[in-house]
Amino acid sequence: MEERRLGGWLFVLPAALFIFAFTNLPLLATAVTSLYAAPIAGHGGGFVGLRNYLDLLADPGFRQSLVNNLLYAAVTVPAAMVLALAMALGVNAAIPGRAFLRLSFFLPTMLPMIAVGAIWLFFYTPQYGLVDRLTRLIGMGQINWLGDPSTALPAMMAVAIWKEAGFFMIFYLAALQNISPQLREAASLEGASRQYFFRRVTLPLLGPTTLFVAVTATISAFCVVDHVVEMTQGGPDNATSLLLYYVYDTGFRYWNVNSAAAATIVLVLILAALAATLFGLVGRRVHYR
Amino acid sequence: MMRPGGEQGWRRLPGAVLFWLFGLVWALPLLYAIWSAVHPPLYSTVFALFAPLTWHNFAQAWNSAPFARYFLNTIFLVSFTVAGQVVLATLAAFAFARLSFPGRDLLFALLLVQLMISPAILLVWNYREISWLGLANTIPAMGIPYLGSAFGIFLLRQNFRTIPSELDDAARLEGCSLLGRLWKVYVPLSRSTYIAFALASISYHWNDFLWPLVISDSVSTRPLTVGLEIFATPDQGVQWSLVTAATLMSSAPLLIAFLLFQRQFVQSFLRAGIR
Amino acid sequence: MPEIRRRTLIGSTAALLAAPAIVRAAEVKELSFFYPVTVSAPMATIIEGYCRQYAKETGVTVKAAYAGTYPDALSKAVTAIRGGGGPQFSVMLTSDIHTLQALDLIVPLEEIGLDKAAETWLASFWPAFMFNTRIGGKTWSVPFQRSTEIMLYNKAAFTKAGLDPERYPTDWKAQGEAARKLTNRKGSPQTWGIQMAADITSGHWTFGALTAGNNQPLMNNAGTKVFFDVPKTIETLDYWVSLSKTYQATPSGVTYWSTLVNNFLRGETAIIMTSSGNLAYVTQNAKFPFDAALPAGNPTPRTVVGGGNVYIFKHASKPEQQAALRFAQWLTTPERAADWSIRTGYIAVTKTAFDTPAMKAYIAKHPVAARPKSFLPVAWGELSTYQDARIQTLIENHIDAALAGKATPEAAMQAAQKEAEAILRPYQHL
Repeated sequence: MEERRLGGWLFVLPAALFIFAFTNLPLLATAVTSLYAAPIAGHGGGFVGLRNYLDLLADPGFRQSLVNNLLYAAVTVPAAMVLALAMALGVNAAIPGRAFLRLSFFLPTMLPMIAVGAIWLFFYTPQYGLVDRLTRLIGMGQINWLGDPSTALPAMMAVAIWKEAGFFMIFYLAALQNISPQLREAASLEGASRQYFFRRVTLPLLGPTTLFVAVTATISAFCVVDHVVEMTQGGPDNATSLLLYYVYDTGFRYWNVNSAAAATIVLVLILAALAATLFGLVGRRVHYR
Repeated sequence: MMRPGGEQGWRRLPGAVLFWLFGLVWALPLLYAIWSAVHPPLYSTVFALFAPLTWHNFAQAWNSAPFARYFLNTIFLVSFTVAGQVVLATLAAFAFARLSFPGRDLLFALLLVQLMISPAILLVWNYREISWLGLANTIPAMGIPYLGSAFGIFLLRQNFRTIPSELDDAARLEGCSLLGRLWKVYVPLSRSTYIAFALASISYHWNDFLWPLVISDSVSTRPLTVGLEIFATPDQGVQWSLVTAATLMSSAPLLIAFLLFQRQFVQSFLRAGIR
Repeated sequence: MPEIRRRTLIGSTAALLAAPAIVRAAEVKELSFFYPVTVSAPMATIIEGYCRQYAKETGVTVKAAYAGTYPDALSKAVTAIRGGGGPQFSVMLTSDIHTLQALDLIVPLEEIGLDKAAETWLASFWPAFMFNTRIGGKTWSVPFQRSTEIMLYNKAAFTKAGLDPERYPTDWKAQGEAARKLTNRKGSPQTWGIQMAADITSGHWTFGALTAGNNQPLMNNAGTKVFFDVPKTIETLDYWVSLSKTYQATPSGVTYWSTLVNNFLRGETAIIMTSSGNLAYVTQNAKFPFDAALPAGNPTPRTVVGGGNVYIFKHASKPEQQAALRFAQWLTTPERAADWSIRTGYIAVTKTAFDTPAMKAYIAKHPVAARPKSFLPVAWGELSTYQDARIQTLIENHIDAALAGKATPEAAMQAAQKEAEAILRPYQHL
């Protein structure tokens, strides 16, 4: 073991160096920045302790972004996961044209969000947009999806689910393929129904994958804002403003770097808490091999 | 291993039809992009069966920005980043999986922080650091913050741990060095994980937008996505025929690669044992 | 894997780029500047062409860097300059002036030094383009890619609805009534009478044009005060809301800027408020007769200007600033201003540009291109204050709340006023 003491560090060093330099260090610097304020018009500034955080809590825009984001995560994460599992089950079956379906589900992962935003903007356009045309077919009236504060966030959720589900499908597909066919044969010999097998065998075996996907999806729900910037810029009436979008608006459009740093730290804390909860609560019940 | 027919239920027709509809809905944005790109702008919001076909949108999009150069930049950027990630992650994953050294678990936890916080969130500070290094406005600068990939380390470590230690021991008895064992035993047995990781990483960096825009100032460094931006937000509103033509053009390499290699790609993911 | 990107969100703060070269010779041989791209016209090609020509004529190389959108250009410039590098001048939003002042980044032209010829040159710009430009007796930038809010209306639809296609309504009530007549929500094709954008980044511009028509500015010239909760501003928002609620001539909720021109070209909306910069594009693509008009007022029609100016940065050396100013002068000579206008759709910034043969020939061919010029005498500056991006976003969110029926115009504007005052408080003693 002695010879390995140094060896291990040497192997890890290059990657660790880059990760420390461009993730851990900036994170620390951001935390420090959040405790300071810049002078406005030549006045004030310096160390302010937690004032930036208190100001955030007092800002209705921030509170709304926080609520929006929690809601957004609560809907998009489970929805994307359920759809991902359905996709995986589907393309794992002997369905004709599986290759096309797989491509179709995975496509959104490969298209740049900046272009995807423009296409969805067309889909949501009232009157001649694709969504409106389809809803008219089933007799629904015209809906101004992105123009109404009550439908704008759900509309953005749909884009996120569309973008993410196919990526998660791949992980479920991998897990499904790893379930031994002998298990199924044994079950059918014992006369277990398909539903029973799915509930009692397949689902539990997908546990670790589900945990992994849940964590990844949660992170995405808090860290992907491209479509917001491309489509709604947080509007109308702050209806689609998410935390990271708030951070960027504050830091790079309003030039309040310190307040943006505080919001970043809040975002990081939320992510850490959610990840810990997922691993703590779910992780214990999932059996790893 | 592909084992078609795993879930027998889809043999039933209604289920299959429903599932096909599902797939069709998912493909709508791409189908629309194709429609809008190959028809005159007038037809980008009008769907007529016999609308005239045209290549003009592609030509116009191509001429609106130095796309040839942007393609080259993107290819450099992506190859540099992914190659660097793979090498660094392999070394680190091996140490985390098979070697023991003081502080290993703490270090691993610290690195995993990056799974949660992408360098992109921290781009203010990353910009400062890159500038201090004197690397602003270079192609490597666009890749450097991503070179250490916690995701890659995590995937490879999981995979390396599943490789039977008997193989490792055999190699050691033959007198292989640490690096030799890594190269001769671990890397070949993890081919699928490498392909899976590389493809996920390629599509991420091919489409990355914000960081390259921040750090690049000139045509000689800008990637494709920055060129795309011109069409996405002009004053007169989105010109869908141009946006979609430019999108298809710049995503074509990825889409074609996926079509050609999708069998290998999916199988790699299957074998990668990501869980 | 987290992924974030995006244009408005450009990197900020210090960038220790190469230290600025110390200029020893009075003769500056190389300059660099940033410019944003906002129309689908090949702006990069045009600008690079200008730079080549300038180098040929004067021997001075101007390195022009495309900097994304307007917010990108601002962010990139600030980032680079704070880091000790960056360009000597840049095209940025006219309304960014107070933000740039607060960041202490720009220098007024008077401090660079203006000779007699330069004074004459400054006097040649349309006075409307000097709003948000000349402040406190100083000129802070050079008008360059400029536009104004206009109403585009479908003349065929006017005729069909029994309205006079040669006369756009001039007061609010007439405009509302006309829009009602132009609306058809039953049968086919379904049309709306009028649409105006209220989404984030464009809503304040629309609103500025409307309040100007009600003879109510939204801010003071110094950019330290806003007038959101005064009766005339509330009355204006009331009118905007009534177009949907009372006249039922526009969709309820928020209309997006990006949909307007398409709606108009498809004949689904008879009147839109848009930028004069879109005239060329609409001229090329409209399949029906149309015209441009001033937005109706209460009672006198008015509008607001917008667009980008050339700002010269403080951190540049004096000779560099002078060289940048010379280039800006060259960019706005009558011939160049006319060429730029014809090729991009922006309004030629000087009166003399309209006397050039090229411009005359173009207008003879496209008479509608001369319309925006005729609106300039009654045009005001757009909403521009300290922290302008924040104030603009804030009022847009409150406008949207009113348009969506979530708040009354009065409550929305009072809330906007309160928030804006809190943001502007530190700037009161300036």
